Amino acid sequence: MALVLEQVSRTFNQVKAVSDVNLTIQAGEIVGLLGTSGCGKSTLLRAISGLDQHYTGSIVLNDHVITGIHDTIGFIFQEPRLLPWLDVKANITFGLKGAPADEIERALRFIDYVGLTGKEALYPRQLSGGMAQRVAIARALVTSPETLLLDEPFSALDAFTKMQLQDLLLRIWQKYQTTMVLVTHDIDEALYLCDRIIILKGQPGTVVDDIKIKQQRPRDRGSVELAQYKTDILAKLEINNG
Amino acid sequence: MAKVSNQVSSSYFSRKEHWESSRWHPRRYGRIWLGCLLPALIVVFWEFASRQGLVEAYQLPAPTVILTKLIELTQSGELAGHIYITVYRVFAGFLLGSVVAIILAVLVGFWRKAEYIFDPIIQAFRSIPSLAWVPLFILWMGIGESSKITMISVGVFFPVYLNLVSGILTVDRKLIEVGKMYKLSFLQQVWRIVLPASLPSFLIGLRSGLGLGWMFVVAAELMGASQGLGYLLVLGQNTLSPETILVSIVLFAIIGKLSDWVLKLLEARLLRWQDRFVRGG
Ligand SMILES: Nc1ncnc2c1ncn2[C@@H]1O[C@H](COP(=O)(O)OP(=O)(O)O)[C@@H](O)[C@H]1O
Ligand SMILES: [Mg+2]
Repeated sequence: MALVLEQVSRTFNQVKAVSDVNLTIQAGEIVGLLGTSGCGKSTLLRAISGLDQHYTGSIVLNDHVITGIHDTIGFIFQEPRLLPWLDVKANITFGLKGAPADEIERALRFIDYVGLTGKEALYPRQLSGGMAQRVAIARALVTSPETLLLDEPFSALDAFTKMQLQDLLLRIWQKYQTTMVLVTHDIDEALYLCDRIIILKGQPGTVVDDIKIKQQRPRDRGSVELAQYKTDILAKLEINNG
Repeated sequence: MAKVSNQVSSSYFSRKEHWESSRWHPRRYGRIWLGCLLPALIVVFWEFASRQGLVEAYQLPAPTVILTKLIELTQSGELAGHIYITVYRVFAGFLLGSVVAIILAVLVGFWRKAEYIFDPIIQAFRSIPSLAWVPLFILWMGIGESSKITMISVGVFFPVYLNLVSGILTVDRKLIEVGKMYKLSFLQQVWRIVLPASLPSFLIGLRSGLGLGWMFVVAAELMGASQGLGYLLVLGQNTLSPETILVSIVLFAIIGKLSDWVLKLLEARLLRWQDRFVRGG
């Protein structure tokens, strides 16, 4: 039960975007892919998701090489990507294929879970950024994915909404033990959420470090330990001595 | 000094508030009120000018004369027949043109080969002013209903086709990816993402198609008809009866507007979800 990347590289028009990534992610782990903009984080995540299949190397999920989009993988994009013509409830059930009654029941459960009760009939245009991203989270969860891929899911939100949704993500993890691969450029976010932080750097992007965060969750955002990790990571990214 | 000016402005505001809550304030009856102002003035002036003999009655009859003519035509039962046949032609042409446009647009939008096959010829035909077809259609199909309906459908076809194709081709790739993540089949993707996403542009196409349909029905009926509002235009010209022409023009305006309004209602209903720019004031 693991997600394994072996020698994954991706080239766009003769230019390499990521190079020889090897990575093993255990079931139930929250792993952050951290790096500066343009180092290939999204590219890597899209390869894992199956949306992009033009990479080299192999990606293995539960001992099966992934060759396309996988039922047990959910994706949360940077933008909510809601369908503007569907209301909240219909957006959440978008990926369900069961009987309508079951669908509605399931959707209602998740609407409650992400804190959108009473907003079922609103259209995306009537939602704030945070609410829209909650809908996107519920939409991804409703199909019970074993693995959740998140591409900078909170980067467009204000600091407070961001923290709320990070906590929501942790609650989800506690309840379902979903494996999560979280792409982010926010060190604090990675430190608050992840069991492991993979640091990508350069163009083409390569893995430069793999840091285990041993602190128990829930973590204190202001703790000295996390601050120490942050200094280390900044040094690794060579941002401070630039 | 400051105090005085303060008082002045506060009394100004209280009067303004009173005006704002009054039932004649533009905000309550605003649009209708403002919109009727100019036409009403024109009609009054027109009537006045006619009665004073400032314009010749055989060129521009007074509004009351036109109204009398309208009533006369209605009571003789003639008018209903003219209206019916014209609306029938527009509707039939609109339906035919739209259906063909939808079929071709869906083919071209989803299937690249169809685009290579159909699009060049459609673009070439588009550069022919559609009215130029009239003589040919009459030659082929006579001056009966089929040539008129075909003409109208040619007019309707292009805006519907072009808007729907562009709607389909500009669907946000990001939404398609959402569909892919849920492993939608091709048909499901079309039905659940592409078509709803291209609906706004499709409806724009329908509305401009309908507008052209009304334009083309006039052309078709001018060319040769024994009934219809367009025929009334010809009749008015031949019998030197400007009031008949004006009755027909007014009816074209009203019915055209009504049909557009129906589509607008449909649009408002179908596009409730859309986030649209709303003008202030
Ligand atoms: N579809 C694409 N076509 C061409 N180049 C791309 C494409 N997607 C990403 N790239 C390039 O790959 C590199 C990594 O991009 P990306 O994975 O989006 O970075 P990140 O998500 O880390 O900011 C960038 O240099 C980017 O220009
Ligand atoms: Mg990115």
